[in-house]
Amino acid sequence: MFDSVLLIELFIFVLAVFVGFEVITKVPPTLHTPLMSGANAISGIAILGALLVAGQKDFTAGAIIGFMAVILATVNVVGGFMVTDRMLQMFKKSPVDKN
Amino acid sequence: MNDFDFDLFIGALYLVAVIFFYFGLKRLGSPKTARSGNLIASLGMLIAVVATLVDREIISFELIVAGIIIGGLIGVIMARAIKMTAMPQMVAVFDGLGGAASALVAAGVLHGNIADGTDMSVDVSVTIMIGTLIGAVTFSGSLIAFGKLQEIIATRPVTFPLQKTVSLLLFVGILAMIGYLVADPDMTVFIGLSVACLLLGILLVIPIGGADMPVVISLLNSYSGLAAASAGFVLGNVMLIIAGALVGAAGLILTQIMTKAMNRSLVNVVFGAFGAVETVSGSAAPGGEARPVREVAYEDSAVILAYARSAIFVPGYGLAVAQAQHQLKELGALIEAKGVAVKYAIHPVAGRMPGHMNVLLAEADVPYDKLYDLDQINDEFSSTDVVVVVGANDVVNPGARDDAGSPIYGMPILNVDRAGQVIVLKRSLSPGFAGIDNELFYKENTSMLFGDARESLVKVISAIEDL
Repeated sequence: MFDSVLLIELFIFVLAVFVGFEVITKVPPTLHTPLMSGANAISGIAILGALLVAGQKDFTAGAIIGFMAVILATVNVVGGFMVTDRMLQMFKKSPVDKN
Repeated sequence: MNDFDFDLFIGALYLVAVIFFYFGLKRLGSPKTARSGNLIASLGMLIAVVATLVDREIISFELIVAGIIIGGLIGVIMARAIKMTAMPQMVAVFDGLGGAASALVAAGVLHGNIADGTDMSVDVSVTIMIGTLIGAVTFSGSLIAFGKLQEIIATRPVTFPLQKTVSLLLFVGILAMIGYLVADPDMTVFIGLSVACLLLGILLVIPIGGADMPVVISLLNSYSGLAAASAGFVLGNVMLIIAGALVGAAGLILTQIMTKAMNRSLVNVVFGAFGAVETVSGSAAPGGEARPVREVAYEDSAVILAYARSAIFVPGYGLAVAQAQHQLKELGALIEAKGVAVKYAIHPVAGRMPGHMNVLLAEADVPYDKLYDLDQINDEFSSTDVVVVVGANDVVNPGARDDAGSPIYGMPILNVDRAGQVIVLKRSLSPGFAGIDNELFYKENTSMLFGDARESLVKVISAIEDL
């Protein structure tokens, strides 16, 4: 029933979750929002699937579904990374004291 | 042969993209490197997209190009136009879009397979259904969260009789439809499944109150990653699985930090309908009659602040509502020039999403090293002359610390009541979003400054300038 490819994919998934935990655990609270919106932009990775669905044959209903997915995922990716950058460029440290 | 080379090429680029995502996220963890981290992650995304476009499964590009242009334009406009105070809504919308895109991918694959008459193995159809479920729940749940944050929908928990039973029945119905669809794929039933999943998302988020939004936003963030990962399982695409898993993990960690900061469990937030039940059975509040609070004049606040040695500002959601971050910063700079040591204390769940206050204050040019976390600053209140609470409520409620009968008992709070003086800027005496009375307002060392936070701050600032 479950072929080995799916098993390997599950292994990859679980390990990637662990990597995610390790990378993100120590992020300071100040960066929680940018981290969230940056991660959110990465979740727009669904755009890859959207491209594959939208690029099939001609204008079938399936391709239209893919087309909508491409639009939504692109908004997610482009908007997500841009707004994260907009936030991060505001984060500044205190100027070094002259006294 | 050429065929094989293409796959190898795509795979190699995916590997590069994964490495970029890893380092991008890692660099997002420190203020100095965060901006470059975001850039690296976005480059990783670009590489992954370019790699995918090489795929031989993609035959026509018209829809792709049109979709990217339309989506890209909308994304740019949204990212530029959004106000920092509205950032939680923005994140909610983006979570929803990611979820919707993933669900549509699952739907598109299913439609393609049915149209082509492809026989789907059980694992393929099961992953399609799970992808649809997670994606659709993320989408509709995020829309409800957006509505609550934008205050289109009541921010208080919306509950109705038998709510949990209805949700449970709906979930059972969804499982039944999935079972049916796995045995006999059919687009009509699939549409029914999608609608049911959307409904489930609504039912899951609508009973959750405004103050719990940081948890919900983090959780939906995690879902959007899991939705992408499940789309990856549908397509057998490792890139989606890894990136989705990373995001899923990030969202889960934030969710955990938020629930910890509220001393609640995730189950309690999601199913507790906090605040709806507790019209508070008295607890510390003596029955009925209005209790006296001390109001303070702007001039007096100005004197207190200008002649203090140390001050701590405690912002909350009210700061975002009043968009008063610039005025707060101005006040801080003004009294700093008079020799007052100014710090900002940020509770992890202040505002409507993790880090909400930090973003607002960063926008107002407050350096991030002046912002202190709960653990860093809580011992300093007792030796601080004056605390200014701007639109925060539950996170400074001493009842959470002292009153075992309080519904928020056990939630870690900022000990502002231990400071020499506390000035509370508040619109009115209405209870916070948890609907709980706040002992702080009735304490002897507390003065209330009623009115819009921004207007109050402007008046205090000009009063200090007139001193």
